[in-house]
Amino acid sequence: MVSNPRPYIFIMAILLALFGFYNYVIYNTDGYVAVEKLSPVAVKGQQLFQSNRCWSCHQLYGLGGYLGPDLTNVYSTEGKGPNYIKAFLNSGVKSMPQFHFTEEEKDALVEYLKQVDETGIYPNYDAEIEATGWVKIKYRNEE
Amino acid sequence: MKNKVPLYFLLFALTALFLGMLFGLTASFQYLLPDFLKETVPFSKLRPFHVTSETSWIVLAATGSIYFFIASVEKFELFSRKLQSLHFILFLLTGVAIYFSFAFDYTEGREYFAFKPILMIPILLGWVLFGINYFKTLYTNMKGWPVYFWMWGTGIAFMCYHLMEAHFWLFDFFRLNFIKDFAVQWKSTGSFTGSWNMLVYGISIYLMSKIKKDTDVATNKMAFFFYFLGLTNLMFGWAHHTYLLPTQPWIRYVAYAISMTEWIVLASIIYNWKRSVLKVEKENHPMAYRFLLATDFWIFINIILALLFSIPAINFFTHGTHITVAHSMGTTIGINTTILFSALFFIAQHLRPKLKMDTRWVMRGFVAFNISLFIFFVSLIIAGAKRSYWMYVSKEGSFAEMQDSIVPYYISFFIFGIGIFVSLLIVATPIFKAFLQKIKT
Ligand code: HEM
Repeated sequence: MVSNPRPYIFIMAILLALFGFYNYVIYNTDGYVAVEKLSPVAVKGQQLFQSNRCWSCHQLYGLGGYLGPDLTNVYSTEGKGPNYIKAFLNSGVKSMPQFHFTEEEKDALVEYLKQVDETGIYPNYDAEIEATGWVKIKYRNEE
Repeated sequence: MKNKVPLYFLLFALTALFLGMLFGLTASFQYLLPDFLKETVPFSKLRPFHVTSETSWIVLAATGSIYFFIASVEKFELFSRKLQSLHFILFLLTGVAIYFSFAFDYTEGREYFAFKPILMIPILLGWVLFGINYFKTLYTNMKGWPVYFWMWGTGIAFMCYHLMEAHFWLFDFFRLNFIKDFAVQWKSTGSFTGSWNMLVYGISIYLMSKIKKDTDVATNKMAFFFYFLGLTNLMFGWAHHTYLLPTQPWIRYVAYAISMTEWIVLASIIYNWKRSVLKVEKENHPMAYRFLLATDFWIFINIILALLFSIPAINFFTHGTHITVAHSMGTTIGINTTILFSALFFIAQHLRPKLKMDTRWVMRGFVAFNISLFIFFVSLIIAGAKRSYWMYVSKEGSFAEMQDSIVPYYISFFIFGIGIFVSLLIVATPIFKAFLQKIKT
């Protein structure tokens, strides 16, 4: 059976046009809650988060590896915060190795986690589950 | 057979698969004994080794198979053998460089591409070379292109795009805006998976049409309908990974709507169950046929899981737990790996038609593989469910206490991981034999 490719090429062209437009919009859309851009110190912290592969055990917004806990709101959770974060970096725990960061590097990591924390909430305990299967998440500016 | 490069790709892929499983096993051992090796090879070092090796297995095995099918089964004159060799050499050298980059902690990249970002350049170049060779070889006449040619072409093109997209974070325009940046990161990795799925699912349709000796499965309108449905999901469905990220809600609405179209796929699988199960011609390709049967089963299991947690209300509870890992490994092993083993057996049999593939050992290995994978998969689901219960229901005790309570499931995960490793090694023996003999001649 020889299929005529014309209709398929046409569908492909439409999909590609939609995809182009969609990407353009996605790349130019900010998050739902307006927050400050990452500061240079936070960017340094993010680089450390990447080069030390913190993400391979920890999650942000539930994404990452699963050996350790989620860190999205570790900065603002009651009983946790900057000193708590630094204590873990200094001593390691269970499967988490001890890191030998300088004070400046630790500050950068804390600053990064602080700015991540400001973007939203995870786990989102006050989210509303709707009958349609949709979940209305609670945003930082609704607190 | 003069062109041996496809076989080099396949042997390279198998090496990545088995090495990757050793890394995975060592990593999972740290769930059982957290202090073990943590200062020398911590989990954070092993995970990238594992994940990058396994994704490489899929991508390299798909590439080698496609080159082989085009050149040695379809007998098309390849546009350039030189480009093909260059492609292989580039990937081989980059593979070695990636391992070095991991071993010596040059890991400035992000999840799935943790190596030094500069190494993305030769990888991209390799894909471009593959694309040139592929389209130049096949373009002569698009009329009558079966769906798998479309799928492979799509897979190559989107692979190039999404590998680039996965590195947009290098630009401040993305990086400084955390939520956008994070969304684009997970968009790119979701669609990267979609791109290799185009290659691998294309291979499964190719194999079906060859084993059944029936071209209709690859040329009828239904096949194209599902191809375009898959492509739509590749393009617009990724945001089900980020339902809980505070992006603009419309992004998530679109993903929810698009993801739900996959129910059509499930319905069609159930409706066509009897027809899709291949009945004929299994005598010629006994193992390739059996692996495709296994694929059918694993698609069924995985699509139900994926469909369920693409519903935000369910995703809310499963997200961020090992249920996601069950999905990733359930699909990469259960679906991608079974299709690729089917391809490897098909190719091995093509090279050595007289070699008996379904020996008693290989059959035992095949059964043990499926049973091990099933228990491995269920262990991950239970581990994930327990974590979810801790996160959303009991909310009691520390993270460490919760992890300790899951250890029995991590033990079974580890043991049946060994089962997967050993059984696949047994199953792969005749493939290695056939390939190595062919390379020597
Ligand atoms: C010997 C068998 C295997 C073992 C013991 C194993 C172990 C692991 C472990 C421990 C993780 C990290 C999970 C975490 O973050 O907690 C992982 C992730 C992963 N593995 Fe495996 N693995 C095995 C085989 C495979 C194979 C054969 C493939 C692919 C063909 C594969 C693909 C993946 C992928 C894609 C991930 C990332 C999951 C995600 O990001 O959600 N694994 N594996």
